[in-house]
Amino acid sequence: MTHPYADVAIVGVHNTKQARRLPDVSLHQLLMEALLGACADAGVAPREIDAVIGMQPAELGFDLGLGPFQRTMSSMGIPAVREAAHMIQSGQADTVALVSGGVGLLQNDGATAPWTRPSNELVVSYGLFTAAEFALMARRHMIDFGTTEEQLATVAATIRNNGHVNPEAVYFGRGPFTADDILASPMIADPFHLLDCSMTCEGGTAMLLTRAERAADLAQRPVYIHGSASDSFGPAYAQAPSWDMRGTGSGDDVPAGYVGRRAARISFRQSGLRPDDVDVCEFYDPFSFEIIRQLEAFEFVGPGEGGPFVMEGGIAPGGRWPVTTDGGTMSFSHAGISAQMVQRVVRGVQQLRGTCATMQVEGAEVAMCSNAGAGALFNDVMLLGVEQP
Amino acid sequence: MTLLVPRLGEIPVPRTSPEAAEYWAGTHLGELRYQRCRACGRANFGPGLTCRACQSLDLEWVASAGLGEVYSWTVVWRPQTPAFEVPYAPAIIRMDEGYDMIGALVGLDHTEITAGLRVAVEFHQLTPTFTLPFFHPHL
Repeated sequence: MTHPYADVAIVGVHNTKQARRLPDVSLHQLLMEALLGACADAGVAPREIDAVIGMQPAELGFDLGLGPFQRTMSSMGIPAVREAAHMIQSGQADTVALVSGGVGLLQNDGATAPWTRPSNELVVSYGLFTAAEFALMARRHMIDFGTTEEQLATVAATIRNNGHVNPEAVYFGRGPFTADDILASPMIADPFHLLDCSMTCEGGTAMLLTRAERAADLAQRPVYIHGSASDSFGPAYAQAPSWDMRGTGSGDDVPAGYVGRRAARISFRQSGLRPDDVDVCEFYDPFSFEIIRQLEAFEFVGPGEGGPFVMEGGIAPGGRWPVTTDGGTMSFSHAGISAQMVQRVVRGVQQLRGTCATMQVEGAEVAMCSNAGAGALFNDVMLLGVEQP
Repeated sequence: MTLLVPRLGEIPVPRTSPEAAEYWAGTHLGELRYQRCRACGRANFGPGLTCRACQSLDLEWVASAGLGEVYSWTVVWRPQTPAFEVPYAPAIIRMDEGYDMIGALVGLDHTEITAGLRVAVEFHQLTPTFTLPFFHPHL
């Protein structure tokens, strides 16, 4: 059987400037800048685009004079990349632009970022927010496996140091950090200190996907999708995020704490790859614990082994699986609801091109990217490779 | 030692749904309610339309004894909004009837919270029409 993504290549990526604030820029301007940047990166004229997915797809297509073109609204990261690939693979489109960004969402009213506050009736009056929801998962892992705050802090220090040296990161030059620095930062939602948590900022990002046969003529080394799937245990921030919650269906052996395991198994099966084949892990890092959890959920290490693995340098530069090499949402960017999710795939593409100015994993041929995490009860997975599948 | 107390100030009060009307009617009367499946007997929470174990539509609302144990928790020091005075302690309570719910712990110091701590429900009225359950140690 032909691989589902054999005819699809990621040929352009672009991040706009990412900053704590981008005053005087509208979301529309930011998205267009990102889209045109991805076209320039690929060496593709915008007029070749016949589908736009992500934010403001109709507006962007109209501005570019496209028409008729396919437009699909999506606020998601990896699922939107997958949908773009499906458009090409099924013949709906030849060249797809995926665009996302965030600007003007933040307020200075002493509250957490607006998209982090659950509005569901069963939780809203208890003062929960994203950090508290993820803390409920992390705490249970600590109870069950003895995972420590120092292990969490080591994750945060590793990723923040990746951002510290990255000139494109919002927190470029803000380190270096030790685990003790992380532990010395103010407590937010026990066990998470301030520096265990992602930051918030503004910025845009875009990707361009096209047919694999077209990719050979373009400016960049093409990157291919080798596998991808998504897991959910229900709506985020509405139900209790219990580690051992189980459901029915094809992943009924997987507890909610390991959400993403079924998706990872599907992705590895599609690709014919194993965790051992992965060179770099562009994992989503909303909170430090998520890296430990995802290493276990995706079966890179066994249950409870994530913390010790981190302490042995497993995710550090030069380690077995370097993670989140641009600084992730803790240091590189977290511009609202979805751009930072797309950016995990963007960074995976840059790693496989071998063009990262900092923290390039030499000779990387397979990257694993992820979005979201256990506190939100969903996890998306994507495997990228340099070989056409 | 500082006892955690219910946060009852200008905190957000939800718009309640028809699905959860029985739940909120119960809290206002001082009764913690959940759904139980008449087909398989399993407890279901939060309010749903089908049983999560057997997909039966035959769910009934019953009263919980209001007792359970702490499954996980967090102590919040940076509030969601300034209306929440810190510290406060949202938690997952594993109810004796076999379901999990989000609540907040009160009546103890935050350093005294442990996994498996036995707790009992208590109710606090936030508005003339809305009452919220909290949980205190039950020894």
